[in-house]
Amino acid sequence: MLDIAIQIVGLILCASLILTLYRLLVGPKLPDRILALDTMFIHGIALILLYGIAIENAIYFEAALLIAMLGFVSTSALCKYLLRGDIIE
Amino acid sequence: MKQSSFRMFPMPFHSMLLFVIWLLLNNSLSAGHLLLATILAIIIPWAVSSMTTERPRIKKPMLAISYVFLVLKDIISANFSVALLVVGPLKKLSPGFVAVPLDIETELGITLLASTVSLTPGTVSAEISADQKWLYVHALHLENPEELIEEVKSRYEAPLKEIFGC
Amino acid sequence: MNFYVEAIASAILVFGGVFLLVGSIGLARLPDVYMRLHAPTKATTLGIAGVLIASCIIQSYRQESLSISELLITLFLIITAPIAANMIAKAALHHEIDPIERTKGQELIATAKERTSPPAPEAEEGKEA
Repeated sequence: MLDIAIQIVGLILCASLILTLYRLLVGPKLPDRILALDTMFIHGIALILLYGIAIENAIYFEAALLIAMLGFVSTSALCKYLLRGDIIE
Repeated sequence: MKQSSFRMFPMPFHSMLLFVIWLLLNNSLSAGHLLLATILAIIIPWAVSSMTTERPRIKKPMLAISYVFLVLKDIISANFSVALLVVGPLKKLSPGFVAVPLDIETELGITLLASTVSLTPGTVSAEISADQKWLYVHALHLENPEELIEEVKSRYEAPLKEIFGC
Repeated sequence: MNFYVEAIASAILVFGGVFLLVGSIGLARLPDVYMRLHAPTKATTLGIAGVLIASCIIQSYRQESLSISELLITLFLIITAPIAANMIAKAALHHEIDPIERTKGQELIATAKERTSPPAPEAEEGKEA
């Protein structure tokens, strides 16, 4: 049953990523694209954890944690850039 | 100043947090990790304690815990209501901006209130006025601005004020 | 694997996946940037929490010891998601992106951008600096 659930969630995540990609490409403004990128990071975490469940290996936890941290930092850096035109003040 | 009075744990709460997070990161309770976590929990607060600014203390820990559960419950109900709004017809949605007057004065309190507002039903905090008296909130489906302001103030701000005792 | 553990974990996993999908549907469907903020910040937070809790249950069961390190990611995301949303809203306000026309309270956008107190009607509560 878990195998079927993993496949279903995998499909859902792919569909979801396509919708996010649509927003990333269409825009229309920069904050929309940043928001789409941020959502993509979260989907990346979900996919890695799903892969970890599927291959019965817990080692991918560190990768997911790193992606979560990098995602937040990059989102705030991009927003800072839009707000001030400068990242490091 | 902190340097003059030597203390074993300059920041007891942060030491505990570091200890727990180190164990969670390694996902183990072996003797080696317990020792390493203790060492880190002592050394890191020593190194950084002179950099901290004064923070408000939690006056009522029990109320803080019940506030966390209130927020967790609201996150779940928020998700169901937002999910229904998002999947339903978009023409019916009437978004709107609202300015909520703030009574909390500490920065930590305002940050917590803004984060709570963002995570709970249909509202995202957008901006705070420079004098920290107004919180600008965007609502996904706004029917009555006064009602929303009243809800934010009574449901989230009042307990936060009581927790930090200001 | 125990049937009940598997059933519960599968249900939570699918629940999380559905909420991630709802977040993306909102991101793609909603008409302006301020409304789009709502879907990803709320729905994806619960969605990822669902996936992480399912992962917690399954890994704990497989390793036969409690494995709650995934909760760290959940906690981290619950703390950072509103901050990221707030920064994106700030950026959108700063770039003067117009909301859709039926938005109420549009007069607040100018004061929000300047970070000053809102105009007259609300200011009568004696709060102005």
